[in-house]
Amino acid sequence: MNGAHDLGGTMGFGEVVPEVDEPVFHTDWERRAMAVTLAGAMLGRWTLDESRHVRENRPPATYLTSAYYRIWLDALESLLVAHGLVGADELADGRAHRPGDDGVTAVSPGTVTRVLARGAPTERRAEGTPAFAVGQAVRARNIHPGGHTRLPRYVRGHRGTVELVHGAHVLPDTNAHGGGENPEWLYTVRFAGTELWGEAADPSVEVSVDAWESYLEPA
Amino acid sequence: MRDADHEPSAGVPDEHPDHNHPDHSELGPMDARVRALESILVDKGYVQREALDEIVEAYETRIGPHGGARVVARAWTDPDYAARLAADATSAVAELGLGGRQGEHMVAVFDDAGTHHLVVCTLCSCYPWAVLGIPPAWYKSSAYRARAVFEPRAVLADFGTVLPDDTRIRVWDSTAEIRYLVVPRRPAGTEGWDAERLAELVTRDAMIGVRLADEPAAVGARS
Repeated sequence: MNGAHDLGGTMGFGEVVPEVDEPVFHTDWERRAMAVTLAGAMLGRWTLDESRHVRENRPPATYLTSAYYRIWLDALESLLVAHGLVGADELADGRAHRPGDDGVTAVSPGTVTRVLARGAPTERRAEGTPAFAVGQAVRARNIHPGGHTRLPRYVRGHRGTVELVHGAHVLPDTNAHGGGENPEWLYTVRFAGTELWGEAADPSVEVSVDAWESYLEPA
Repeated sequence: MRDADHEPSAGVPDEHPDHNHPDHSELGPMDARVRALESILVDKGYVQREALDEIVEAYETRIGPHGGARVVARAWTDPDYAARLAADATSAVAELGLGGRQGEHMVAVFDDAGTHHLVVCTLCSCYPWAVLGIPPAWYKSSAYRARAVFEPRAVLADFGTVLPDDTRIRVWDSTAEIRYLVVPRRPAGTEGWDAERLAELVTRDAMIGVRLADEPAAVGARS
Protein backbone atom coordinates (compact mmCIF):
# COMPACT_ATOMS: atom_id res chain seq x y z
CA MET A 1 0.00 0.00 0.00
CA ASN A 2 1.07 3.56 -0.63
CA GLY A 3 1.06 4.38 3.06
CA ALA A 4 2.78 6.96 5.22
CA HIS A 5 5.29 4.29 6.24
CA ASP A 6 6.89 4.39 2.78
CA LEU A 7 9.14 7.30 3.67
CA GLY A 8 12.08 7.19 1.25
CA GLY A 9 12.61 10.65 -0.25
CA THR A 10 9.93 12.41 1.81
CA MET A 11 10.97 15.92 2.80
CA GLY A 12 10.27 18.14 5.78
CA PHE A 13 11.21 15.96 8.76
CA GLY A 14 14.27 18.00 9.64
CA GLU A 15 17.63 16.75 10.81
CA VAL A 16 18.47 13.33 12.12
CA VAL A 17 19.27 13.91 15.77
CA PRO A 18 21.45 11.27 17.40
CA GLU A 19 21.23 10.98 21.16
CA VAL A 20 24.40 10.65 23.20
CA ASP A 21 24.46 7.48 25.32
CA GLU A 22 20.94 6.58 24.27
CA PRO A 23 19.38 3.99 26.58
CA VAL A 24 17.99 0.78 25.08
CA PHE A 25 14.51 1.97 26.10
CA HIS A 26 13.42 5.47 27.07
CA THR A 27 10.50 4.45 29.25
CA ASP A 28 9.36 1.35 31.04
CA TRP A 29 6.20 1.13 28.93
CA GLU A 30 8.35 0.97 25.79
CA ARG A 31 10.38 -1.86 27.31
CA ARG A 32 7.19 -3.77 28.17
CA ALA A 33 5.57 -2.99 24.80
CA MET A 34 8.55 -4.47 22.99
CA ALA A 35 8.49 -7.59 25.15
CA VAL A 36 4.76 -8.17 24.87
CA THR A 37 4.89 -7.65 21.08
CA LEU A 38 7.63 -10.24 20.66
CA ALA A 39 5.86 -12.64 23.00
CA GLY A 40 2.60 -12.15 21.08
CA ALA A 41 4.38 -13.03 17.85
CA MET A 42 5.72 -16.20 19.52
CA LEU A 43 2.13 -17.47 19.79
CA GLY A 44 2.57 -18.23 16.09
CA ARG A 45 -0.89 -17.06 15.05
CA TRP A 46 0.28 -14.41 12.60
CA THR A 47 3.26 -13.80 10.35
CA LEU A 48 5.80 -11.01 10.60
CA ASP A 49 4.45 -9.74 7.29
CA GLU A 50 0.91 -9.53 8.66
CA SER A 51 2.12 -7.61 11.71
CA ARG A 52 4.05 -5.19 9.50
CA HIS A 53 0.95 -4.58 7.44
CA VAL A 54 -1.21 -3.94 10.49
CA ARG A 55 1.34 -1.37 11.67
CA GLU A 56 1.54 0.47 8.36
CA ASN A 57 -2.17 0.25 7.52
CA ARG A 58 -3.43 3.27 9.41
CA PRO A 59 -4.24 6.86 8.53
CA PRO A 60 -1.05 8.71 7.54
CA ALA A 61 -1.58 11.42 10.16
CA THR A 62 -1.86 8.77 12.88
CA TYR A 63 1.17 6.83 11.65
CA LEU A 64 3.40 9.88 11.52
CA THR A 65 2.44 11.23 14.92
CA SER A 66 2.40 8.03 16.95
CA ALA A 67 5.32 6.98 19.12
CA TYR A 68 7.11 3.99 17.62
CA TYR A 69 6.14 1.47 20.28
CA ARG A 70 2.63 2.92 20.37
CA ILE A 71 2.25 1.70 16.77
CA TRP A 72 3.51 -1.72 17.87
CA LEU A 73 1.05 -1.86 20.74
CA ASP A 74 -1.91 -0.75 18.62
CA ALA A 75 -1.00 -3.44 16.08
CA LEU A 76 -0.61 -6.14 18.72
CA GLU A 77 -4.04 -5.42 20.15
CA SER A 78 -5.57 -5.49 16.66
CA LEU A 79 -3.89 -8.80 15.87
CA LEU A 80 -4.98 -10.41 19.16
CA VAL A 81 -8.60 -9.44 18.49
CA ALA A 82 -8.52 -10.32 14.79
CA HIS A 83 -7.18 -13.79 15.58
CA GLY A 84 -9.76 -14.40 18.30
CA LEU A 85 -7.28 -14.62 21.17
CA VAL A 86 -8.49 -11.60 23.14
CA GLY A 87 -11.90 -9.93 23.12
CA ALA A 88 -12.37 -6.25 22.38
CA ASP A 89 -14.31 -6.11 25.66
CA GLU A 90 -11.29 -7.43 27.52
CA LEU A 91 -9.03 -4.77 26.00
CA ALA A 92 -11.58 -2.09 26.80
CA ASP A 93 -11.84 -3.22 30.43
CA GLY A 94 -8.14 -3.93 30.82
CA ARG A 95 -8.67 -7.44 32.20
CA ALA A 96 -9.48 -10.98 31.11
CA HIS A 97 -13.13 -12.00 31.22
CA ARG A 98 -12.76 -15.51 29.86
CA PRO A 99 -10.17 -18.28 29.86
CA GLY A 100 -7.82 -18.32 26.89
CA ASP A 101 -7.95 -20.47 23.80
CA ASP A 102 -7.24 -24.10 24.83
CA GLY A 103 -5.06 -24.63 21.79
CA VAL A 104 -2.46 -22.13 22.93
CA THR A 105 0.66 -23.17 24.81
CA ALA A 106 1.85 -20.31 26.98
CA VAL A 107 5.02 -18.59 25.81
CA SER A 108 7.67 -19.53 28.40
CA PRO A 109 11.25 -18.39 28.98
CA GLY A 110 12.27 -21.54 27.11
CA THR A 111 10.17 -20.49 24.13
CA VAL A 112 11.89 -17.11 24.16
CA THR A 113 15.37 -18.61 24.25
CA ARG A 114 14.52 -20.96 21.40
CA VAL A 115 12.87 -18.33 19.19
CA LEU A 116 15.56 -15.69 19.68
CA ALA A 117 18.26 -18.25 18.84
CA ARG A 118 16.56 -19.59 15.75
CA GLY A 119 14.59 -16.60 14.51
CA ALA A 120 12.24 -17.11 11.61
CA PRO A 121 14.25 -17.75 8.46
CA THR A 122 12.36 -16.80 5.28
CA GLU A 123 14.50 -18.66 2.76
CA ARG A 124 12.73 -21.63 1.17
CA ARG A 125 13.78 -24.35 -1.22
CA ALA A 126 13.99 -22.70 -4.60
CA GLU A 127 11.97 -24.01 -7.52
CA GLY A 128 13.41 -23.53 -10.98
CA THR A 129 16.04 -20.96 -11.79
CA PRO A 130 16.15 -17.21 -11.17
CA ALA A 131 14.90 -15.05 -14.04
CA PHE A 132 17.65 -12.50 -13.50
CA ALA A 133 21.41 -12.79 -13.04
CA VAL A 134 23.97 -10.68 -11.20
CA GLY A 135 24.90 -7.71 -13.38
CA GLN A 136 21.69 -7.79 -15.37
CA ALA A 137 19.69 -4.61 -15.94
CA VAL A 138 16.18 -4.73 -14.49
CA ARG A 139 13.37 -2.29 -13.90
CA ALA A 140 11.29 -2.07 -10.74
CA ARG A 141 7.70 -2.46 -11.87
CA ASN A 142 5.40 0.52 -11.65
CA ILE A 143 2.90 -1.23 -9.39
CA HIS A 144 0.71 0.12 -6.60
CA PRO A 145 -0.74 -2.82 -4.66
CA GLY A 146 -3.46 -1.95 -2.17
CA GLY A 147 -2.16 -4.51 0.30
CA HIS A 148 1.24 -5.13 1.83
CA THR A 149 4.28 -4.85 -0.39
CA ARG A 150 7.98 -4.29 0.19
CA LEU A 151 8.72 -2.42 -3.02
CA PRO A 152 9.23 1.19 -1.96
CA ARG A 153 7.63 3.87 -4.12
CA TYR A 154 10.89 5.68 -4.77
CA VAL A 155 12.29 2.85 -6.92
CA ARG A 156 9.15 2.02 -8.90
CA GLY A 157 9.61 2.48 -12.62
CA HIS A 158 13.36 2.93 -12.24
CA ARG A 159 16.15 0.98 -13.85
CA GLY A 160 18.77 -0.77 -11.77
CA THR A 161 21.28 -3.60 -11.80
CA VAL A 162 21.07 -6.94 -10.03
CA GLU A 163 23.75 -6.98 -7.35
CA LEU A 164 22.98 -10.16 -5.36
CA VAL A 165 20.72 -13.19 -5.77
CA HIS A 166 19.60 -14.47 -2.36
CA GLY A 167 17.66 -17.63 -3.17
CA ALA A 168 13.91 -17.99 -2.78
CA HIS A 169 12.22 -16.14 0.07
CA VAL A 170 8.69 -15.95 1.42
CA LEU A 171 6.70 -13.34 -0.51
CA PRO A 172 5.38 -10.71 1.95
CA ASP A 173 2.66 -9.53 -0.44
CA THR A 174 0.71 -12.78 -0.06
CA ASN A 175 2.02 -13.94 3.32
CA ALA A 176 0.73 -10.78 5.01
CA HIS A 177 -2.82 -11.53 3.92
CA GLY A 178 -3.23 -15.25 4.55
CA GLY A 179 -2.35 -16.01 0.93
CA GLY A 180 0.53 -18.34 1.70
CA GLU A 181 4.29 -18.06 1.47
CA ASN A 182 4.65 -18.30 -2.33
CA PRO A 183 8.45 -18.13 -2.17
CA GLU A 184 10.07 -16.18 -4.98
CA TRP A 185 13.64 -15.41 -5.94
CA LEU A 186 14.92 -12.44 -4.02
CA TYR A 187 17.45 -9.98 -5.45
CA THR A 188 19.38 -6.99 -4.27
CA VAL A 189 18.99 -4.38 -6.98
CA ARG A 190 21.30 -1.35 -7.12
CA PHE A 191 20.12 1.99 -8.51
CA ALA A 192 22.16 5.07 -9.33
CA GLY A 193 21.16 8.04 -7.20
CA THR A 194 20.72 10.05 -10.38
CA GLU A 195 18.33 7.42 -11.78
CA LEU A 196 16.14 7.69 -8.68
CA TRP A 197 16.38 11.40 -7.93
CA GLY A 198 17.32 13.03 -11.23
CA GLU A 199 20.37 14.62 -12.75
CA ALA A 200 20.79 17.08 -9.89
CA ALA A 201 21.40 14.21 -7.46
CA ASP A 202 24.81 13.36 -5.98
CA PRO A 203 26.54 11.22 -8.63
CA SER A 204 28.55 9.34 -5.99
CA VAL A 205 25.43 7.81 -4.40
CA GLU A 206 23.93 4.41 -5.16
CA VAL A 207 20.95 2.92 -3.38
CA SER A 208 19.91 -0.71 -3.31
CA VAL A 209 16.72 -2.43 -2.27
CA ASP A 210 15.89 -6.10 -1.86
CA ALA A 211 13.23 -7.01 -4.41
CA TRP A 212 11.28 -10.19 -5.08
CA GLU A 213 11.16 -11.45 -8.66
CA SER A 214 7.57 -10.32 -9.25
CA TYR A 215 8.62 -6.75 -8.39
CA LEU A 216 10.99 -6.68 -11.37
CA GLU A 217 10.96 -6.80 -15.15
CA PRO A 218 13.79 -6.93 -17.69
CA ALA A 219 15.11 -3.51 -18.64
CA MET B 1 16.17 14.42 23.66
CA ARG B 2 14.60 15.11 20.35
CA ASP B 3 13.19 12.19 18.47
CA ALA B 4 10.73 12.35 15.62
CA ASP B 5 9.13 9.09 16.70
CA HIS B 6 8.53 10.32 20.20
CA GLU B 7 7.51 13.85 19.44
CA PRO B 8 4.24 14.58 17.76
CA SER B 9 4.38 17.08 14.95
CA ALA B 10 3.62 20.68 15.72
CA GLY B 11 -0.07 21.42 15.65
CA VAL B 12 -1.15 17.81 15.99
CA PRO B 13 -2.76 17.10 19.34
CA ASP B 14 -1.06 14.27 21.15
CA GLU B 15 -3.54 12.01 22.85
CA HIS B 16 -0.76 10.60 25.02
CA PRO B 17 1.13 13.58 26.32
CA ASP B 18 3.44 11.41 28.40
CA HIS B 19 5.64 11.06 25.29
CA ASN B 20 6.72 14.62 25.74
CA HIS B 21 7.91 14.41 29.29
CA PRO B 22 11.63 14.89 29.00
CA ASP B 23 12.39 12.64 31.94
CA HIS B 24 9.73 10.03 31.09
CA SER B 25 9.42 9.40 34.80
CA GLU B 26 5.67 9.60 35.35
CA LEU B 27 3.32 6.71 34.88
CA GLY B 28 1.02 7.66 32.06
CA PRO B 29 -1.79 6.06 30.10
CA MET B 30 0.62 3.99 28.04
CA ASP B 31 2.00 2.36 31.19
CA ALA B 32 -1.49 1.44 32.29
CA ARG B 33 -2.38 0.10 28.87
CA VAL B 34 0.71 -2.08 28.53
CA ARG B 35 0.35 -3.44 32.05
CA ALA B 36 -3.30 -4.28 31.42
CA LEU B 37 -2.45 -6.10 28.20
CA GLU B 38 0.31 -8.04 29.96
CA SER B 39 -2.15 -9.14 32.64
CA ILE B 40 -4.73 -10.19 30.07
CA LEU B 41 -2.20 -12.33 28.22
CA VAL B 42 -0.90 -13.89 31.44
CA ASP B 43 -4.37 -14.53 32.89
CA LYS B 44 -5.56 -16.14 29.68
CA GLY B 45 -2.60 -18.51 29.73
CA TYR B 46 -0.91 -17.15 26.62
CA VAL B 47 2.28 -15.77 28.08
CA GLN B 48 4.25 -16.47 31.23
CA ARG B 49 5.38 -13.26 32.88
CA GLU B 50 8.88 -14.69 33.17
CA ALA B 51 8.97 -14.94 29.36
CA LEU B 52 8.52 -11.16 29.11
CA ASP B 53 11.31 -10.65 31.62
CA GLU B 54 13.48 -12.99 29.57
CA ILE B 55 12.93 -10.94 26.39
CA VAL B 56 13.85 -7.69 28.14
CA GLU B 57 16.86 -9.27 29.79
CA ALA B 58 18.10 -10.65 26.48
CA TYR B 59 18.04 -7.29 24.72
CA GLU B 60 19.24 -5.21 27.65
CA THR B 61 22.22 -7.40 28.42
CA ARG B 62 23.17 -10.24 26.08
CA ILE B 63 22.18 -9.05 22.61
CA GLY B 64 23.67 -5.73 21.52
CA PRO B 65 26.36 -3.99 19.47
CA HIS B 66 29.14 -5.70 21.42
CA GLY B 67 28.25 -8.80 19.39
CA GLY B 68 28.65 -7.03 16.06
CA ALA B 69 31.86 -5.42 17.30
CA ARG B 70 33.34 -8.88 17.88
CA VAL B 71 32.50 -9.80 14.29
CA VAL B 72 34.15 -6.69 12.88
CA ALA B 73 37.25 -6.94 15.07
CA ARG B 74 37.68 -10.57 14.10
CA ALA B 75 37.39 -9.63 10.42
CA TRP B 76 40.05 -6.93 10.91
CA THR B 77 42.50 -9.39 12.47
CA ASP B 78 41.77 -12.60 10.58
CA PRO B 79 41.75 -12.39 6.76
CA ASP B 80 40.35 -15.91 6.44
CA TYR B 81 37.45 -14.94 8.70
CA ALA B 82 36.93 -11.75 6.71
CA ALA B 83 36.72 -13.81 3.54
CA ARG B 84 34.12 -16.13 5.11
CA LEU B 85 32.19 -13.09 6.36
CA ALA B 86 32.16 -11.64 2.86
CA ALA B 87 31.09 -14.93 1.29
CA ASP B 88 28.43 -16.01 3.83
CA ALA B 89 27.90 -13.62 6.70
CA THR B 90 25.16 -15.71 8.32
CA SER B 91 27.57 -18.62 8.81
CA ALA B 92 30.51 -16.42 9.78
CA VAL B 93 28.44 -14.63 12.41
CA ALA B 94 27.25 -18.01 13.72
CA GLU B 95 30.88 -19.02 14.26
CA LEU B 96 30.95 -16.41 17.03
CA GLY B 97 27.73 -17.73 18.55
CA LEU B 98 25.59 -14.96 17.06
CA GLY B 99 22.51 -15.04 14.85
CA GLY B 100 18.85 -15.93 15.15
CA ARG B 101 16.01 -13.45 15.38
CA GLN B 102 16.48 -10.51 12.97
CA GLY B 103 19.78 -11.90 11.79
CA GLU B 104 18.56 -15.01 9.99
CA HIS B 105 20.01 -13.90 6.65
CA MET B 106 23.04 -11.67 7.06
CA VAL B 107 25.13 -9.81 4.50
CA ALA B 108 28.32 -7.97 5.52
CA VAL B 109 29.37 -4.96 3.44
CA PHE B 110 32.95 -3.75 3.72
CA ASP B 111 34.05 -0.13 3.57
CA ASP B 112 37.27 0.56 1.72
CA ALA B 113 39.25 3.61 0.63
CA GLY B 114 36.74 4.47 -2.10
CA THR B 115 33.43 3.14 -0.77
CA HIS B 116 31.29 3.87 2.27
CA HIS B 117 28.21 1.82 3.18
CA LEU B 118 25.08 2.99 4.98
CA VAL B 119 22.09 0.90 6.11
CA VAL B 120 18.47 2.06 6.44
CA CYS B 121 14.96 0.65 6.38
CA THR B 122 12.69 3.16 4.65
CA LEU B 123 9.53 1.06 5.09
CA CYS B 124 9.74 0.30 8.82
CA SER B 125 12.79 -0.28 10.99
CA CYS B 126 14.43 -3.52 9.86
CA TYR B 127 17.76 -3.83 11.63
CA PRO B 128 20.20 -6.64 12.45
CA TRP B 129 19.02 -7.20 16.02
CA ALA B 130 21.08 -10.38 16.33
CA VAL B 131 24.35 -8.44 16.11
CA LEU B 132 23.35 -4.86 17.08
CA GLY B 133 20.43 -5.28 19.48
CA ILE B 134 17.51 -2.85 19.54
CA PRO B 135 17.78 -0.03 16.99
CA PRO B 136 18.35 3.49 18.32
CA ALA B 137 15.43 5.93 18.14
CA TRP B 138 17.02 7.95 15.35
CA TYR B 139 17.25 4.86 13.13
CA LYS B 140 13.48 4.47 13.48
CA SER B 141 12.79 8.19 13.01
CA SER B 142 10.95 9.51 9.98
CA ALA B 143 13.84 11.87 9.23
CA TYR B 144 16.41 9.09 8.91
CA ARG B 145 14.15 6.77 6.95
CA ALA B 146 13.16 9.56 4.56
CA ARG B 147 16.58 11.09 3.96
CA ALA B 148 19.13 8.25 4.06
CA VAL B 149 18.23 7.16 0.52
CA PHE B 150 17.79 10.67 -0.85
CA GLU B 151 20.66 12.69 0.62
CA PRO B 152 22.94 10.31 2.50
CA ARG B 153 25.81 12.81 2.66
CA ALA B 154 23.59 15.29 4.47
CA VAL B 155 22.51 12.57 6.89
CA LEU B 156 26.16 11.65 7.50
CA ALA B 157 26.84 15.32 8.21
CA ASP B 158 24.16 15.23 10.93
CA PHE B 159 26.45 12.71 12.63
CA GLY B 160 29.54 14.80 11.97
CA THR B 161 30.77 12.36 9.35
CA VAL B 162 32.28 14.05 6.31
CA LEU B 163 33.66 11.96 3.46
CA PRO B 164 35.64 13.01 0.38
CA ASP B 165 33.41 14.01 -2.54
CA ASP B 166 34.66 11.14 -4.65
CA THR B 167 33.89 8.47 -2.04
CA ARG B 168 31.18 6.23 -3.44
CA ILE B 169 28.25 5.99 -1.03
CA ARG B 170 26.31 2.76 -1.08
CA VAL B 171 22.98 2.88 0.73
CA TRP B 172 21.33 -0.46 1.57
CA ASP B 173 17.57 -0.22 2.10
CA SER B 174 16.54 -3.30 4.12
CA THR B 175 13.28 -4.09 2.36
CA ALA B 176 13.39 -7.88 2.85
CA GLU B 177 14.68 -10.17 5.62
CA ILE B 178 18.31 -9.69 4.60
CA ARG B 179 20.10 -7.86 7.40
CA TYR B 180 23.14 -5.76 6.56
CA LEU B 181 26.19 -5.26 8.77
CA VAL B 182 28.71 -2.58 7.82
CA VAL B 183 32.34 -3.52 8.39
CA PRO B 184 34.02 -0.13 8.76
CA ARG B 185 37.68 0.47 7.90
CA ARG B 186 40.19 -0.38 10.57
CA PRO B 187 41.56 2.86 12.00
CA ALA B 188 45.20 3.73 11.51
CA GLY B 189 47.45 3.42 14.53
CA THR B 190 46.00 0.09 15.64
CA GLU B 191 48.77 -2.13 14.29
CA GLY B 192 49.42 -5.01 16.65
CA TRP B 193 46.11 -4.61 18.52
CA ASP B 194 44.29 -7.82 19.26
CA ALA B 195 40.63 -8.36 18.39
CA GLU B 196 39.38 -7.72 21.91
CA ARG B 197 41.02 -4.31 22.06
CA LEU B 198 39.95 -3.43 18.51
CA ALA B 199 36.32 -4.26 19.30
CA GLU B 200 36.23 -1.24 21.61
CA LEU B 201 36.65 0.98 18.54
CA VAL B 202 33.66 -0.54 16.74
CA THR B 203 30.53 1.37 17.64
CA ARG B 204 26.94 0.60 16.77
CA ASP B 205 26.84 3.72 14.60
CA ALA B 206 29.89 2.57 12.63
CA MET B 207 28.19 -0.76 11.93
CA ILE B 208 25.11 1.06 10.61
CA GLY B 209 27.42 3.29 8.61
CA VAL B 210 26.62 6.75 9.98
CA ARG B 211 30.05 7.11 11.55
CA LEU B 212 33.53 5.72 11.04
CA ALA B 213 35.12 3.42 13.58
CA ASP B 214 36.53 5.29 16.55
CA GLU B 215 40.14 6.43 16.51
CA PRO B 216 42.51 4.74 18.97
CA ALA B 217 42.54 7.85 21.19
CA ALA B 218 38.81 7.38 21.84
CA VAL B 219 39.41 4.23 23.87
CA GLY B 220 41.63 6.04 26.31
CA ALA B 221 39.23 8.97 26.43
CA ARG B 222 36.34 6.73 27.42
CA SER B 223 38.10 4.74 30.09
